[in-house]
Amino acid sequence: MKLLTHNMLTSHVKGVTKGFPLLIKATEVKVNEVEFNSQFVSRMIPKLEWGALVQAAEELGHRQDLPGELVPNYETNEDFLKKVHRVLLEVEVVEGCLQCPESGREFPISRGIPNMLLNEDEV
Amino acid sequence: MMAASSSRSCLQYVFHLAQDNLDFRLPEILALLALREKPFHPDGKFKEKSPYWCLNGLSEVDVRAIMARSVCAKSAFELWGHGHTQSELRTSLLNYPSENMAPFMHKDSKYKINVYTFNKTLLFADRIKRIDALDYLPFEGTVSLKNPQHIFCMLEDYGSDPNNIPEHPNYIYFGRWIADGQRELIRSHSVKNRHFIGNTSMDAGLSFIMANHAKVKENDLVYDPFVGTGSLLVACSHFGAYVCGTDIDYNTIHGKGRSSRINQKWRGPDENIRANLRQYGIEKMYLDVMVSDASKSVWREAALFDAIITDPPYGIRESTRRTGSHKEITKPADGIYAESHVPVTQAYHLSDIFTDLLNFSAHHLVLGGRLVYWLPVYRPEYCEEMVPLNPCLQLISNCEQTLSSHTSRRLITMEKIKEPEDLDSLDHLADPRFSPYQGHNAFREKYFSGLNKRRGKEDNKSDFNVLPASSSPPHPFHLCPLLLSLFLKDELPEGGEGRCFGTMAPD
Repeated sequence: MKLLTHNMLTSHVKGVTKGFPLLIKATEVKVNEVEFNSQFVSRMIPKLEWGALVQAAEELGHRQDLPGELVPNYETNEDFLKKVHRVLLEVEVVEGCLQCPESGREFPISRGIPNMLLNEDEV
Repeated sequence: MMAASSSRSCLQYVFHLAQDNLDFRLPEILALLALREKPFHPDGKFKEKSPYWCLNGLSEVDVRAIMARSVCAKSAFELWGHGHTQSELRTSLLNYPSENMAPFMHKDSKYKINVYTFNKTLLFADRIKRIDALDYLPFEGTVSLKNPQHIFCMLEDYGSDPNNIPEHPNYIYFGRWIADGQRELIRSHSVKNRHFIGNTSMDAGLSFIMANHAKVKENDLVYDPFVGTGSLLVACSHFGAYVCGTDIDYNTIHGKGRSSRINQKWRGPDENIRANLRQYGIEKMYLDVMVSDASKSVWREAALFDAIITDPPYGIRESTRRTGSHKEITKPADGIYAESHVPVTQAYHLSDIFTDLLNFSAHHLVLGGRLVYWLPVYRPEYCEEMVPLNPCLQLISNCEQTLSSHTSRRLITMEKIKEPEDLDSLDHLADPRFSPYQGHNAFREKYFSGLNKRRGKEDNKSDFNVLPASSSPPHPFHLCPLLLSLFLKDELPEGGEGRCFGTMAPD
């Protein structure tokens, strides 16, 4: 699971009102090189919840010097876009789980794939 | 012809379209034009079913861009002349501004002329005659069949009735070849050669057509909520979109379980969607896939996706509790099914699938983003009112692919035109269209009724709520694979690649 995906996910456990962001409990994280595409990163940034991205990167130990606030004129700041690219697309959680911040429900991640299914009594 | 037509911006182009998937062609070309913000300006003779369309208001750059995407178009030409007869063609060509021809006919150039006939095969000698008859055109270059700089083409249209082929063509076009479409993708991306496939993998041609209908473009974010083996994601990522998908079937998402190939029992260790993208050199476009139930969105409330493109299952949702587990096998009370079947607790009604899908799209598409999906149809009862609506989504196109005399599926394309308001999700309840569309809940029964007759068994269950434990559960095409293979092998329309079948048949 990439952090771009994580940034778009929320807990859907019944009754939960504040399910975003999901906490990441990773036991295996890897960094896969992905071709940098400044246009795509620029297009994604307005869709991101920036604070949640920084927090997720921090939790995984891959924040490096990603700033806490979105920088102005980021479209032309290639250095910044590359940092965002790395966090969004290259850092991957391979094993671990996602945890609902309100209910504590955990969703396992195995071989990089989150399992978001709920049991019948949770829907 | 007026002098103004000599301006190169006023050129006319003729598109040569493939004669399969006829319904899908116009929406595809319209979508590709819309991607370039170009209008559709056909000439007065335009007939949708014709293999040749003459379009105005385009530049050569537009035409090249459309051909770089189109799976329905074979080629495009800059139109130099046309007519019902060779004599009319000659008059038309002689009226074409010579300054438009000159750059492609000078004495240092190498060229060749092709003759293409639709609905008739010409003898080689007759082709040569056609070319020789063009001696009134001032070609000054040398002919090179192997390495031409410019290719010209005479297109002869002998109508569409193979049993009534006229001696002379109904219409003739002559023009300069600009570019070919992407028919080659149908072969190069055939599911036959794809690493990871399933029983319902979408054929390559239709996958690319869907991506085109969805106006998928570079740097888009595209989502498939019933991703299966990811055929649609392969097509979208080929056009430069970043892709993600979810499916309720754990085994499919993880590439586990039985193979869909005839000579292979189990899936290999690296059979998954990511490997499919890697096979085509576009793994960089892969975001993620997840195991998730499409009816319970895991995405936060925001306009995240540029396109949602999917082939929903035709009707069953597995009990989430049982996902990935074959341990809790129980025998159905009626004893009809073998022990290798797992009962399912909950059916996902078709109408609910589509209501949910439209509602989800209204919330999660960007404005102007498109939803493209298949709607299965029982043909004798189909009417346009059955196509689900949503106040935030505008219907763009609705194309039929016939599967048998009584069944088909329709490719529905919708575009998000406004952000949802609180009451919008309930609007379908008040919509008069909602009631006929409810009839879809009985769809599977009708859809499969013909099959049961074929199988020579009584139709003893109206609801297919039992699954073979050894196969992937949620898609009804997985439910009775043997049955379906009979059905689909026999009845898929010609020209389609069909679906892949293998060892999914019940043991």
